[in-house]
Amino acid sequence: MLQEIVISGFGGQGVLSMGKILAYSGIMEDKEVSWMPAYGPEQRGGTANVTVIIADQPISSPIVSQFDVAIVLNQPSLDKFEDKVKPGGILIYDGYGIHHPPTRKDINVYKIDAMDESMKMSNTKVFNMIVLGGLLKVLPIVKLENVMKGLKKSLPERYHNTLPLNEEAILRGMEIIQLERKAE
Amino acid sequence: MSQEILLMKGNEAIAHAAIRYGVDGYFGYPITPQSEIIETLMDAAPWKTTGMVVLQAESEIASINMVYGGASCGKYVMTSSSSPGMSLMQEGISYLAGSELPCLLVNVQRGGPGLGTIQPSQADYFQTVKGGGHGDYRLITLAPNSVQEMADFVALGFELAFKYRNPAMILTDGVIGQMMEKVRLPEYRRRRTEQEIRQQCPWATLGKTPDREPNIITSLELDPEIEEQNNIRFQNKYREVEKNEVRYEEIMCDDADYIFVAFGSASRICQRAIDLAREEGYKVGMIRPITLWPYPYDIINRYADKVKGFLTVEMNAGQMVEDVRLGVNGKTKVEYYGRMGGIVPGPDEVLVALKEKIINA
Repeated sequence: MLQEIVISGFGGQGVLSMGKILAYSGIMEDKEVSWMPAYGPEQRGGTANVTVIIADQPISSPIVSQFDVAIVLNQPSLDKFEDKVKPGGILIYDGYGIHHPPTRKDINVYKIDAMDESMKMSNTKVFNMIVLGGLLKVLPIVKLENVMKGLKKSLPERYHNTLPLNEEAILRGMEIIQLERKAE
Repeated sequence: MSQEILLMKGNEAIAHAAIRYGVDGYFGYPITPQSEIIETLMDAAPWKTTGMVVLQAESEIASINMVYGGASCGKYVMTSSSSPGMSLMQEGISYLAGSELPCLLVNVQRGGPGLGTIQPSQADYFQTVKGGGHGDYRLITLAPNSVQEMADFVALGFELAFKYRNPAMILTDGVIGQMMEKVRLPEYRRRRTEQEIRQQCPWATLGKTPDREPNIITSLELDPEIEEQNNIRFQNKYREVEKNEVRYEEIMCDDADYIFVAFGSASRICQRAIDLAREEGYKVGMIRPITLWPYPYDIINRYADKVKGFLTVEMNAGQMVEDVRLGVNGKTKVEYYGRMGGIVPGPDEVLVALKEKIINA
């Protein structure tokens, strides 16, 4: 098993921390992981993105040019990464603020309205956990219990009281993600 | 080695490994993409536990001269920076080498020249292994290609530096510094006592005792006859390092028709390119230099008789390729592929380059 995943959105949306939680969850399942951020000016105003690789074997390159899964959380990210999903791969996008939805027919496109849902939950901070829930629904690469373990490891102790809220958000994400178009 | 598996950045691993190794002092000045080293050290506050000093100096020039002071006392001292900051340190590095002072330097390279970009690069190869400062000196240079090696090479760097009384450098880049991977940190070691330092480093300027003459640490020698003898001593030492300390990794070279030569993050990308190439039926392997000085010329020379060509892959305009050509010595084809200015090549474009420049050329 080798899953090369890119997560991309605006800086501050929790893109990097979502990647970190995913990587930690992989470690909890004794998998190999790598987490490579696009750091620097990209985080100011443009897109922040991170490549997370989860595999059974040691990971060779932390840098890849094509992805099994792209999770895109704004229009610039969608524009940048739609073409970089491998044929037959998965694209997950949040519909919030998207004016030009994905058009490719050879990939599986999922939509998750995580921004709207986080506002309904009156807590936009759990936005990224809703998205993570959506990913785990369509690609169960790690078990929920291991995600919770990973979350506990990556969150400072003072935030451990938010663990139940995060779990609720992940579960919501699993419910609301929708298949928009199957790969032809 | 600790059994606990952690997930952290390469920069963070260096900081934690330094505390655990029993380093006495870190002096540095923040610069992307290596600021996590000093941030992690400040956050861990080892002065409260191991007694390690962590100091943000007023500049890179101050940092390297603080290293000179600490190293003169036989302490385990280190600094880190990224390319432009490392350029500022070159005078101090030459002085350290000229005074035969052991210390650990870390360069998390970014794109240049000048202030350049903050993205990963390997363009300081020449500066590091061919001498960025003045005079005939050499830097023991280690090139990690994983977060685990970032942690491991702190100990290795100090061991080699003290074994040969010479500065050692971890030459890495923004990819390995910024990426997170699994890592096992070394066990804690106690910092050496002053008495232990006096025993291990009889040259250290820790205060004169009645039984010996004063120790003098300097790179200044006004008599050229003596300075030539000093240089001969340095050169003999460098030949010893070249004889004993060459390190490299051979990957799938046994049956290879073509060999990549790459270090650090570029070697990770080539590793993937090897997989892609072998899926297409091309027998490709890699020699990964772990020490960039001393350089593994011999192993390259041995394969030069067996393979149809070498492709060096570097994130610069082609620097290490000159050393590969020295190793190959005209026996077979050597080409270079790379990207510059902070662009990291992907495995697929590396494979395309191998086909164009070597396989189908």
